Amino acid sequence: MLLEVEDLSVSYRTGRDSVRAVRGISFQIGAGGTLAFAGESGSGKSTVALSLLRLLPASATMTGTVRFRGESLLDVNWEMVRAVRWAGASIVFQGAMSALNPVRTIGQQIREPILLHERVGERAARIRTAELLDAVGVSEGRAGSYPHELSGGQRQRVMIAMALACRPNLVIADEPTTALDVIVQAQILNLLTDLVRDTQIGMIMISHDLSVLAETCDRMAIMYAGRIIETGPSRDMIRRPLHPYTRALAQAFPRIGDPGSRLAPAGLAGDPPDLRQDIDGCAFAPRCDVSFGDCTTHPIELWPSGERRESACLRALPDFANRLPDPAAVAEDAS
Amino acid sequence: MSTPILEIRDLRVTYRPQRRRRAARAVDQVNLSIGSGEIVALIGESGCGKSTLARALVGLVKPTGGEIRYDGKPLGYHTSALRRYRRNVQLVLQDPGGALNPRQNVFDAVAEGPRLHGLRSDLNRRVYGALERAGIRPPENFVARYPHELSGGQQQRVVIAGALALEPSVIVADEPVSSLDASVRGEILRLILDLRRDLGLSALVVSHDLGLAWNIADRVAVMYLGRIVESGPVGDILLHPRHPYTQALIAVLPDAERTVRPKLLGGEPPDPTMIPRGCRFHPRCARRAAYDGKDPRTELCTSTEVPVLAAQGLAGEMVACHLADVDTPVEVPVDE
Amino acid sequence: MTIRPAAPPRTEGLRRFVRAYLRMPTGIAGLVVLIAFVGLALSAPLFIGANDLDVTKVNGPTLAAPSAHYPLGTDQPGRSVLLLVIWGSRTSLAIGVVATVLTMVVGATIGMVAGHYGGLIGRGLMHLTDWFIALPGLPLAISLAAVLGQGATSITIAIAVTSWTGTARLVRAQTLAVEARPFVERARALGARNIQIMLRQVLPNVMPLILVSSTLTVAGAILSETTLTFLGLGDPTDVSWGSMLNQAFNQGAVTGGAWWYLIPPGVAIVIVVLGFTLTGRAVETILNPRMARKS
Repeated sequence: MLLEVEDLSVSYRTGRDSVRAVRGISFQIGAGGTLAFAGESGSGKSTVALSLLRLLPASATMTGTVRFRGESLLDVNWEMVRAVRWAGASIVFQGAMSALNPVRTIGQQIREPILLHERVGERAARIRTAELLDAVGVSEGRAGSYPHELSGGQRQRVMIAMALACRPNLVIADEPTTALDVIVQAQILNLLTDLVRDTQIGMIMISHDLSVLAETCDRMAIMYAGRIIETGPSRDMIRRPLHPYTRALAQAFPRIGDPGSRLAPAGLAGDPPDLRQDIDGCAFAPRCDVSFGDCTTHPIELWPSGERRESACLRALPDFANRLPDPAAVAEDAS
Repeated sequence: MSTPILEIRDLRVTYRPQRRRRAARAVDQVNLSIGSGEIVALIGESGCGKSTLARALVGLVKPTGGEIRYDGKPLGYHTSALRRYRRNVQLVLQDPGGALNPRQNVFDAVAEGPRLHGLRSDLNRRVYGALERAGIRPPENFVARYPHELSGGQQQRVVIAGALALEPSVIVADEPVSSLDASVRGEILRLILDLRRDLGLSALVVSHDLGLAWNIADRVAVMYLGRIVESGPVGDILLHPRHPYTQALIAVLPDAERTVRPKLLGGEPPDPTMIPRGCRFHPRCARRAAYDGKDPRTELCTSTEVPVLAAQGLAGEMVACHLADVDTPVEVPVDE
Repeated sequence: MTIRPAAPPRTEGLRRFVRAYLRMPTGIAGLVVLIAFVGLALSAPLFIGANDLDVTKVNGPTLAAPSAHYPLGTDQPGRSVLLLVIWGSRTSLAIGVVATVLTMVVGATIGMVAGHYGGLIGRGLMHLTDWFIALPGLPLAISLAAVLGQGATSITIAIAVTSWTGTARLVRAQTLAVEARPFVERARALGARNIQIMLRQVLPNVMPLILVSSTLTVAGAILSETTLTFLGLGDPTDVSWGSMLNQAFNQGAVTGGAWWYLIPPGVAIVIVVLGFTLTGRAVETILNPRMARKS
């Protein structure tokens, strides 16, 4: 296994309160495997990404185990983490403009980690930089350009080149195409897909757009209020979402030609729960249009819900039909 | 057909160049009309001039040529005419967090418009009504809050309420949902549809997202390098696009069901300081490439400008392409 | 129950500010110092009469060391140094505050107008500012005071004329940053005129900066007052910290070893300047959330 995460929890201290952003999640990625994390802002998906590389702010505490190629990342010293950050796993952030240094050329910025971690000479680093730029589809001549001289798509390509600089085994892409045009988005997604296929790099991609994730990742994990609430093969999940939250996310971006969404945008009312509180039962129940009494009281966990699929919804339980309240009683309640 | 509420005729916006730079023809002869109660989506890549067009429509950018007609009358650019116009045509911006002054609470943010226009009597009722319409309920729980205490969706609702407080008849929305969460996206789009149903509002929604057009628009106009290249009813254009650019935009939409990989549009995003000769799309056009040498009309693509599309109202579709009647292969198998 | 629509009270922001301020020990310390000094300065006429300050009417010993009767000793004519320091705070604080208000009004107006309009107006105003920056401050103040005559008014004007440029540049930069933000565009689309954009959108966002910079400017102005008065540009009959230092110097306190004449006004200046600086830093930390997070 390339990466094994077990019962990872992250909380942030803010004044007197503690925000429990990630509440015990487990997942694995093999070499060349691709896993997508989806969810709203505040669902904890970006916190997971940052915690894997221990990039969290000082106010955060992590518990659980994170094993990268068998090595536990939470116990090792900082030198080791630093080495892992570049050589083992690297991250592609959204918003390439702010993540790049505006006063240094992109060539310099790509060379920097190579010189630092690979102990090669300046010449070799230049050659490697040219290779990397070529691999991400930016012409070598651009190495001398400054970030502001590039288009948004090119900057995102440079970010990917930087992430690949030290031949990592795992790339984490945090909203890599947010704020990009559809055509540039498709180019970047194709680039990432090709890289994964050709180099057997593992990839974690984070987004709120399920259709983007389904195109690039084999498996998908939907996060809500710090927990994974449904996981399985991406295409299967989009085709047959079981959890009502997954369904809401899958419908958010319409398929053109689908008459159900024509002049009828699908949204999800309400706000995610307050992560400072303990949550009993299903965290999604208050916003769920098919919830019932048991949802707020019954302990929720990920139950098997199909081939290679798990779902944290009572609907996944075999005895679900017996749990539903009597329709007559419901009608009485409402009146 | 009734007279359109907003009509753009031959509109041009050219940005004056700094020394030794070429002029940028951001909007280059655009005709477009918006009927009363109609929602029109203006779709294009960044740099195509769609945001400039939106700003010209609310009078923030003064056109270099052409005119904008509101309710049949051309828009004048002296202060009082503009102020009157702005009560009727309101702007909603992309980033709701940035569009709200961090030092104004929700009440003041919504009251800003009425106060600027001297509508002080009954101000409270106006503000509460606008907030309620925009889905901020109950308003009294929100009026004292500051923007940073609201979620992204709530912020966008407050921005929309701020526009509604002036009781406009047209809303121009520039990427109203692109910075919002997937779950909130549909809620805001539904709000725009509700406002049309309840208040008869017309809207021009500017976006790069064709799914948005499918979700809410009656008519769609696709813009490329400052000009509209295809327009018509959403169903016709999105299901049977005839312009190779529209086809390319639709082909690249992510789709989990897809088994073939779309052919990507090559080349760099268009640059309004260097508009190509002939058809402005020809350097990136797959159709021209496919028929080059086989169809004599491909000569026209590189030499002759495509006629500018007229501002037809609700009527049928129009396409600006020399080869509009032939089809292009747009897809290639995923495992090539 | 029906709720009548009502605008929220305007004091909410202020209340939050006060609550945040009360959580900052250094800010409270600074404020306590300032309140103490201002209180003393305002109440001084209650316990200091003309007889205590008039060189012809006092009858204390000349340059006496501190004693039970004169806690900080006396000066050459026999006045109590303690009472002089208290009385002197009136002039020093007044000049400092008035000069600062002038500085802020002129600097903020020019900075905001320059930032908002840009173009010919903006460039012209910035050239004017640069021109003033290029003028050497002290000689300008001296010559101004010479032209306007000695006294508190001319010193106040001299300080304002030499210090508004910094504020103008600061406010212009901040104005440019604020105007680039979308809410200004939104206001314009709602129908705001230039003056309305400046007053309703830009000013509230520039105000924290003006406040912070004004507390620091007060400190600078008090020091300038001291310098200018020490150099003899003040009204010789007026008691201020600067004039005390000037007289101590002229009357040979330094050579005569009369440290009690020299040190108290100096210490008072340091404490008041510190008080303003601490207050300013505290205000800055609250109003600039990015700084608050770092501390």
